[in-house]
Amino acid sequence: MIRKGKILSHEGTDPSRWQEECWKPFVAGHPERAEDFQSASGIPIDPLYFIDPADPGPGEFPFTRGIHPSMYRGKLWTMRQYAGYSSPAETNARFRYLLQQGQTGISVAFDLPTQIGFDSDDRQAHGEVGRVGVPINTVDDFDELLDEIPIDSVSISMTINSTAPLLLALIVALARRREIDPARLRGTVQNDILKEFIARGTQRYPLEASLKLVVDVIEYCIEEVTSFYPISISGYHIREAGSTAIQEVAFTLANGITYMEACRDRGLDLVAVGQRLSFFFNSHNQFMEEIAKFRAARRMWADICRNRFGIDDDRACQLRFHTQTGGSTLQAMEPANNIVRVTIQALAAVLGGTQSLHTNSWDEALSLPSEEAARLALRTQQIIAEESGVTDTADPLGGSPFIEELTDRIEAEASAIIEEIDNRGGMLSSIKDGFIRNAIEQSAYESQLASDSGEIRAVGTDQEGEIPEAPFQVDATIEKTRHDQLTHYRSQRDAQTAESALTRVEETARQGNNLIEVMVEALEAKCTLGEVSATLAAVFGEVQDHG
Amino acid sequence: MARSGPIRILLAKPGLDGHDRGIRLVLRALRDAGMEVIYTGLRCTASQIVKAAIEEDVEAIGLSSLSGAHETHFCEVSRLLAEEGAADVLLFGGGIIPQQDVDRLREVGFQCIYPPGTPLEKIVDDLRSTLRPESST
Repeated sequence: MIRKGKILSHEGTDPSRWQEECWKPFVAGHPERAEDFQSASGIPIDPLYFIDPADPGPGEFPFTRGIHPSMYRGKLWTMRQYAGYSSPAETNARFRYLLQQGQTGISVAFDLPTQIGFDSDDRQAHGEVGRVGVPINTVDDFDELLDEIPIDSVSISMTINSTAPLLLALIVALARRREIDPARLRGTVQNDILKEFIARGTQRYPLEASLKLVVDVIEYCIEEVTSFYPISISGYHIREAGSTAIQEVAFTLANGITYMEACRDRGLDLVAVGQRLSFFFNSHNQFMEEIAKFRAARRMWADICRNRFGIDDDRACQLRFHTQTGGSTLQAMEPANNIVRVTIQALAAVLGGTQSLHTNSWDEALSLPSEEAARLALRTQQIIAEESGVTDTADPLGGSPFIEELTDRIEAEASAIIEEIDNRGGMLSSIKDGFIRNAIEQSAYESQLASDSGEIRAVGTDQEGEIPEAPFQVDATIEKTRHDQLTHYRSQRDAQTAESALTRVEETARQGNNLIEVMVEALEAKCTLGEVSATLAAVFGEVQDHG
Repeated sequence: MARSGPIRILLAKPGLDGHDRGIRLVLRALRDAGMEVIYTGLRCTASQIVKAAIEEDVEAIGLSSLSGAHETHFCEVSRLLAEEGAADVLLFGGGIIPQQDVDRLREVGFQCIYPPGTPLEKIVDDLRSTLRPESST
């Protein structure tokens, strides 16, 4: 039966229960963007269109329809474009440009040496400095990166995992330098090492030591950097590595379970942890399935928190997430077509209730984005936000039989995968024995074969033609400049102070205690990211990928 | 002088790049096509790659990079191979490599650079027709 109409009266239930109990009290404290909302032709728009008044609405457990009662009627998502390249100064200029253009949060892309814990002048960093992001090795670098950006009001998201403890320590050190209470810092460190082992490849220390560092960050943030999100559990890269949407949800939430267990083992309060967790998903072209995926993930996570971890607090059961449009869906042929792909994917994220969004630039199949393309990507979000009207009611597609069916199916199939992981002894053993990687690789292989055979095709890519030239090139002299800067930096410090700070890091690591505060002190003593990372490597050992 | 028997190939990820979806797909396709393939895993230096190629007596080396560091690493592998007197090893590559760099890499010996989405069969066919010209049609 197709259920139609705004409100189905349901015997014995009050159709406005949600409005009375949930929405009204919420908007009393959080006013909406407008007094009332209406369509372009003057049709009034309600905060929510029910299917069954007995069903929970947005803001109610299990949050299928969104985590906030008023969703985007209250506040739009954070527009957060990932950026970083060459040098702290150049990246700072791009950040300031994006903020001027109406971006509402910062998202830092670090270069690979920084992500793995090598200074720009390390032999292992050769050729990689400033390529996929900005190099940050010292408090001075970080200060320059965020020059004239108010770090107590603009939220700073950092895609950083192996070295997440150090980047957290850097932002704390910077806050102290600028005389800002670290509790006022807003932002996120990705700090999701499990998916690095699974899909992204910046892991440095063995799995157990890596997990300990993740929990160090969470523990420190709960105590000291209380407005910061200490982890962003990421399906994005799992999907980019070739997983299906269902596997993306399953593996991400299974990673989430592992982090919760590790926090519980540390003795942390899971309500406090749950309230500070965040997630990060991909959005590909399959519009309806992507929307349903976000809804299913919210419902599943709420259920996991309540039933697996016994968390009563509703807010601690909310899955809040960032979305990035799908990098691997971008095509190098006829690349302007990517603007349309990104629009579809971004719209799916919004209809799925995302809290923040990065839209890819159309030229990213060719190189890092040009400034013009980065602006266009941001404009895409702004057009959805301000011109499309999809923001005027919560979960606009909720109740569509197709969407609800997809949501249920994704939940059922992803839950079955999580159960399988449980039966295999959990995520850590499923990572170690290759189960997760093999599953992703199989999906990637199947989709490549489907593409090779023409079963699935990307429009505009099947003719012979030239791939356009890359619009953006990283300045090749950056490596030399960085060498000189680091040499100077090290020459200006008190060697003894720096050395004893590193010794404290080493001792703390050996004792198994929380490392963040001693890292802050080491960075303040002008030790570098590479030096602290090498100190940890000497204690924990290093992992090697053998393919 | 072309060899006979199964084609032996080394696949490697030079530098710090962790994107291995593509190289793992190629690994599987080449093995499915009956080739003997050694994959080094992530974060290899150029000298490790060249050493492995010589020890394993491979006929071709495939490198993958999606982090923009291809020029440094690919050129270094090519230089070290020549230094070791193994310049006859066929070089190919893949990843996000700007068109303007493809020509430069061709000069140092990379005959083919495959962008993301290249049909796996094309890579198999190219290697067969270059390394076993008499048996491919």
